[in-house]
Amino acid sequence: MSYSDKVIDHYNNPRNVGSMDKSSADVGTGLVGAPECGDVMKPQIKVNRETNVIEEAKFKTFGCGSAIASSSLATEWVKGKTVDEALAIKNMDIVKELSLPPVKIHCSVLAEDAIRAAIGDWKKKQESAKPVAALAQ
Amino acid sequence: MSTDVKIPQELSFTQHSAPQGVKLPIYMDNHATTPMDPRVLEEMLPYFVEKFGNSASRNHSFGWAAEEGVETARERIAKLIGATTKEIIFTSGATESDNLAIKGVAEMYREKGNHIITAVTEHKAVLDTCKRLEKNGYRVTYMPVQKDGLIDLDDLKRAIDDKTILVTIMAANNEIGVLQPIAEIGRLCHERGVIFHTDAVQAIGKVPIDVVKQNIDLASITGHKIYGPKGVGALYVRRKNPRVQISAIIDGGGHERGMRSGTLNVPGIVGLGKACAIASEEMSREAAELGALRDRLRERIMNRLDETYINGSVEHRLPGNLNISFAYVEGESLLMGINDIAVSSGSACTSATLEPSYVLKALGTGDDLAHSSIRFGIGRFNTAAEVDYVADRLVETVERLRELSPLYEMAKEGINLKDVKWAGEAH
Repeated sequence: MSYSDKVIDHYNNPRNVGSMDKSSADVGTGLVGAPECGDVMKPQIKVNRETNVIEEAKFKTFGCGSAIASSSLATEWVKGKTVDEALAIKNMDIVKELSLPPVKIHCSVLAEDAIRAAIGDWKKKQESAKPVAALAQ
Repeated sequence: MSTDVKIPQELSFTQHSAPQGVKLPIYMDNHATTPMDPRVLEEMLPYFVEKFGNSASRNHSFGWAAEEGVETARERIAKLIGATTKEIIFTSGATESDNLAIKGVAEMYREKGNHIITAVTEHKAVLDTCKRLEKNGYRVTYMPVQKDGLIDLDDLKRAIDDKTILVTIMAANNEIGVLQPIAEIGRLCHERGVIFHTDAVQAIGKVPIDVVKQNIDLASITGHKIYGPKGVGALYVRRKNPRVQISAIIDGGGHERGMRSGTLNVPGIVGLGKACAIASEEMSREAAELGALRDRLRERIMNRLDETYINGSVEHRLPGNLNISFAYVEGESLLMGINDIAVSSGSACTSATLEPSYVLKALGTGDDLAHSSIRFGIGRFNTAAEVDYVADRLVETVERLRELSPLYEMAKEGINLKDVKWAGEAH
């Protein structure tokens, strides 16, 4: 199987590799997939509390080249978007951009799940911020 | 005749420059297939145009010339495995040889019994043949293997019963290179009056195979794993002590003593014969050299990387085989990073079924490590400089991918990955 130029580019020069402090209230962390399945993605987003804009995105991925490229691309796309705009990213957009073959579509599905998981984690933190404050009093 | 073999234009799209004496891409996947030895090609060439005759044509010199080529090949193959010429049947390759041996015995000895024993790590040509026979009323025992990939002889002893007609166990495994205790299996079978077939395609020409000393009744051989041509193989069929009979699965003109009809692939057979002749001459020296290269590769990789694991027995192993799992790194992404080196992976992403290697799973290797495995097959034409280059590129790529791996990061933080509740699995 040969890879598209874009997959190769993201694999050779992955964007936004790294980690942020997952205990920070502004950071949402996703962790999807399983080692047994051969794919694990961990994207992180840092969201501006005032504007809901994703100011920073990082990722680490265990998986094939298409999985790495899908998560790299996803972090590139969410940066600068509001949380709601980021939720509108669909796996087929990733498939199209990277020209993924049918056997690699699951990589794009996982990347979409990963972004949703990171946003979900951030939202949970915002919701629980109040009760935690109440408890602290 | 000269043999100016034109090697295809380089397929490389790498940005890495090759060190002195190394030509890219490097082929190190010799269990998949081997490049043909130019000496083999040289021997074959006259049999395409000049000596094109049908070896079954008994009444003219064209036929005789072809027949002479075929019979020389038969002698050379027989010599390599300690057989006689009448015991060598030519086929189209290992898959056909496996089918002919297993189905041929199953049909011929149906009245004696219907039980066949094999192992879970066999090649699909054996496993799928057995599965088909199961549909036709045969009973098949798929023996497990131990952690090192070897079968347990006591298990085999217990598995043989009154209805057992055939035991089929490979000599050397195509993924992990593990060598089964063939001689002991053969002895056990003969004590119990059971026929013993071995798929010996990876072992022949690499380690000594002697059908008499090792009590082998049927052995599958192929050309393209021993620097010979593709599309040609052989089946050894024992003629005495005991005489083994097989039913043909291809009907026709009664070639090959009625066991395999069809006009012989004369150039291919000549090539297979030459490949065997070279192996007879050079095997012991070559095995020592390949073993040294393999150990060099292993040390250069494993001394520099932690959490790497060899799959299968180190002791009972083909000299040119190395199969390593690199924890926290997925195999296909690793192959992508070393794209000027041809090796293979047990990762699901590289297989048609999206399942990781069933051979590695049978050893008890977890799916996670099966996804992380790379098979190196060092062969006749690999050099020490190539081994060093492969080791360097591999170490560099594993390190880069581990920096990218959330699993590596978690493990470094002291998280036991087995305790993590993984969510959102894609498949």
